[in-house]
Amino acid sequence: MSETMIEVRDLDVVFDRGSPQENHVVRSVSFQAAKGETLGIVGESGCGKSTVLRCIAGLESHWSGEIHLAGRLVGKERSRDELKSAQMVFQDPYGSLHPRHRIGMALAEPHRAMGIGEGWNAVAGALTQVGLPADFANRFPHELSGGQRQRVAIARALMLSPPILLLDEPTSALDVSVQAEVLNLMCDLRDERTLTLLLVSHDLAVIGHMCDRVLVMKEGVFVDELTKDDIRFGRTHHEYSATLFEASLLGDDAPDAMARGAEAGFGS
Amino acid sequence: MTVPEHAPILTIEGLDVTFRRSTVKAVDGFNLTLGRERFGIVGESGSGKSTAGRAIMRLLPKSARIEAKEMRFGGRSLPECSEKEMRSLRGREIALIMQDPRYSLNPVLTVGNQVAEAALLHLGLKGKAGRDKAREMLSHVRIRDVDRVMDLYPHQISGGMGQRVMIAMMLLAKPRLVIADEPTSALDVSVRHEVLKLLDELVRENNSGLILISHDIRMVAAFCERIAVMYKGRIVEMLTSLSDARHPYTKGLIAAMPDPRHPVRRLSTLDRSVLEALS
Ligand SMILES: Nc1ncnc2c1ncn2[C@@H]1O[C@H](COP(=O)(O)OP(=O)(O)OP(=O)(O)O)[C@@H](O)[C@H]1O
Ligand SMILES: Nc1ncnc2c1ncn2[C@@H]1O[C@H](COP(=O)(O)OP(=O)(O)OP(=O)(O)O)[C@@H](O)[C@H]1O
Ligand SMILES: [Mg+2]
Ligand SMILES: [Mg+2]
Repeated sequence: MSETMIEVRDLDVVFDRGSPQENHVVRSVSFQAAKGETLGIVGESGCGKSTVLRCIAGLESHWSGEIHLAGRLVGKERSRDELKSAQMVFQDPYGSLHPRHRIGMALAEPHRAMGIGEGWNAVAGALTQVGLPADFANRFPHELSGGQRQRVAIARALMLSPPILLLDEPTSALDVSVQAEVLNLMCDLRDERTLTLLLVSHDLAVIGHMCDRVLVMKEGVFVDELTKDDIRFGRTHHEYSATLFEASLLGDDAPDAMARGAEAGFGS
Repeated sequence: MTVPEHAPILTIEGLDVTFRRSTVKAVDGFNLTLGRERFGIVGESGSGKSTAGRAIMRLLPKSARIEAKEMRFGGRSLPECSEKEMRSLRGREIALIMQDPRYSLNPVLTVGNQVAEAALLHLGLKGKAGRDKAREMLSHVRIRDVDRVMDLYPHQISGGMGQRVMIAMMLLAKPRLVIADEPTSALDVSVRHEVLKLLDELVRENNSGLILISHDIRMVAAFCERIAVMYKGRIVEMLTSLSDARHPYTKGLIAAMPDPRHPVRRLSTLDRSVLEALS
């Protein structure tokens, strides 16, 4: 567990520098993740989580600082090998799938882009792995439900078996039973292939289940770091993480949550 | 036509939707009588929740065949409304908060112009009045730094911000019926709470009805008075409390929820063959 797979130093992101809309989104953050580790990032909506992931994936150009993937310093332009080492599951599966490409094409695309064969042979297996029928390869993105599209996005990120997976709300559109299947699949892959996962989610139950360590982000900086046990026992070291955990319904046992509706202020 | 105070807002009987090239019904015999209430729908991914919502709005593609014994909104029979009537209902009297917010927003209009345009269309607010209304709605959904965000395009805002922009736009006209399809999946718990409060206020103040579609069973259970559980196009169970759940799918769902206080190595999953055998 000692080899460092992701290392980020002083990552800083400013959008629209010099304009009235200038926005300093990520403020000199540093962190690392060891090989085989699952590191979570939680935080307020709009605090910069997706931006951090996009920088690591090589999809953002407004950053400064250092990013090392598998021990290699990477820049804004990535080589094929560098791109292959980290794959991302986007928060908006719709936006990340070409509307006029059939699902089969979307899944074969990573292989073609990397110039490693056609990729078509792997399509059926990739679909069934995420619980979708193989004939979905013939469909267009708009012909799928929200959760089906999200599963296609996950299947695509897994196509090249990358050592690093950047997961941005990967199961937010899935019912908990499909979510359980997808999370189990990711854990199996992580354990078999010693994958390193960076997971962004608003669902603290998912974070608690998956992550070895969690960073709590607020307004562009990390304000707290929690271990699995911290989450389990509700221990926090910063006011904001305390608020986050208090506001979550995690404390409610599912079967009597309805009765607690009144308590939460929603009673009629 | 005036509607008595306690008449249902929406009545649906026997709604079936079939997509071309598919032999199975995406929605199969959907029934719902909705009053002034918060009604939740949970269910399997692909079970027809969004399709049912879009059918009510008459927003399904041409490849969808829709049949229903009855679909009434207030005094109107929805299938008999002309497209022009539907356009005047949409957004003003019935609002649909879509599952893919950033995709549903207009990519070439700034956030501010988009919400202001809705204010013009539904409330007749022009120019500065429209922008003021937009600003007000955006701060209601807890957008920070509203003036900066008003000038951003949809691809420049975060996932959760997109969701809130969509909600701001849809609640603007205080519609009688709100169908919210996963409206809070990209929101952190504290912002989520605010947004739910806003939806709740709308329902109370305007005697509206709310259909909340979500995978977050804990949230739906805490927020809604009734919950429908959908599986393979059908409502398999109608609940007022999760502890009454009888259907094996619902029970499976509850068991599959991760709970960090009781860590497990693998999450329990549904035995789909058992469910197959049942249906
Ligand atoms: N291309 C861009 N141009 C200008 N501003 C941007 C751009 N992309 C992101 N931003 C801004 O950066 C901030 C952080 O966005 P980001 O998507 O990283 O948030 P997030 O933490 O992922 O939020 P959420 O939980 O809602 O998805 C937001 O204020 C957003 O408006
Ligand atoms: N345009 C279309 N053409 C063909 N099939 C479609 C189309 N739209 C949806 N479907 C299918 O209809 C079924 C119901 O889809 P729907 O989007 O209503 O599911 P959902 O319950 O909202 O699921 P999710 O929770 O994943 O969003 C799915 O199996 C989907 O693949
Ligand atoms: Mg995000
Ligand atoms: Mg849906």
